[in-house]
Amino acid sequence: MELFAEISGNVNAIGYGLAAIGPGIGIGILVGKALEGIARQPEATSVLRTNMFLGIAFTEALALIGLVAGFLFV
Amino acid sequence: MLTALVPMASSPDGGFKAPTVGEFFPGELIFIGTPFAMTRINLMGLLMAGVLSLFFVVAFAKPKLVPSGVQNLGEMAIDLVQKNVIDEALGDKGKKYAPYLISMFWLLFAFNITGILPTMHLAISSVIAIPLMFAVIAWLVFNIQGVRALGFFHYLKANLFPPGIPWPIYILVTPIEFVSTFLLRPLTLTIRLLANMMAGHLLLVLFFSATSSLLLADGFVKIFAIPSFLMGFAFTLFEILIAVLQAYIFTLLTAVYIDSATSEEH
Repeated sequence: MELFAEISGNVNAIGYGLAAIGPGIGIGILVGKALEGIARQPEATSVLRTNMFLGIAFTEALALIGLVAGFLFV
Repeated sequence: MLTALVPMASSPDGGFKAPTVGEFFPGELIFIGTPFAMTRINLMGLLMAGVLSLFFVVAFAKPKLVPSGVQNLGEMAIDLVQKNVIDEALGDKGKKYAPYLISMFWLLFAFNITGILPTMHLAISSVIAIPLMFAVIAWLVFNIQGVRALGFFHYLKANLFPPGIPWPIYILVTPIEFVSTFLLRPLTLTIRLLANMMAGHLLLVLFFSATSSLLLADGFVKIFAIPSFLMGFAFTLFEILIAVLQAYIFTLLTAVYIDSATSEEH
């Protein structure tokens, strides 16, 4: 069989790119919704902000595991 | 003159070399060959812990009712954590955990900020031992406090058998709850801090070593050193934000875990 194209370099970079898609969208929705809530009810800002950071922390973990995996499986 | 700017990350022939994980494993400096061998990172950790302790000891050596000088700063440091983390997450229960959470926040901040401090340039928390140790302590604290507040079997029941669902579902829910509460919590705490600090350091090394390699390159490529440097500068500012934010998130999550472990309802 003849090879038409060859990939050189590290495939881990693609893996990290894939791992970043979901959390990227997730954090976008999360912060957007939190801002919407703050705009509607400015007096609830502190509660919303705390919960927003919590949500970001959980969502972001997936992307970071992707980053670590890129280094682990070199 | 320009060759003086070449950082360690450049290869011997002056070409560009991307940073690797090797950055986080510097050689041993003192007590080489003994079990107490220390790298640059260990020494930085000792230094930062010393500086932080000194700051708080000086601030509250002779506390006065009307604070002045360093005591003002010390009270601001404590108030910041008290208002933004403890009152938000723990409420009235927070008083008991305030010393633990406040010292954890500031120690984490001191360990994170070394990532951008001149001459140090490597976050102490970017080696796994530091975040792992903090996470293990947090895990012990919330479990022990949960068992103390509810009793061993009640604590397990509250965590593993959430009320209000039909019993066959427990076959699925209980293992998931076990893994997420007792295994994934410390693991995600560790990885979140570690990966953030690692990524930040690698980004900074990448931009600044690219700056010097581009500066030394021939021809018009030289001008691309300017945007590379500006990006590095911007990310240095961004790293200050990340250092505070990660300390905040770590402390907040610990507080939330303690709160959920010590209360009846989730």
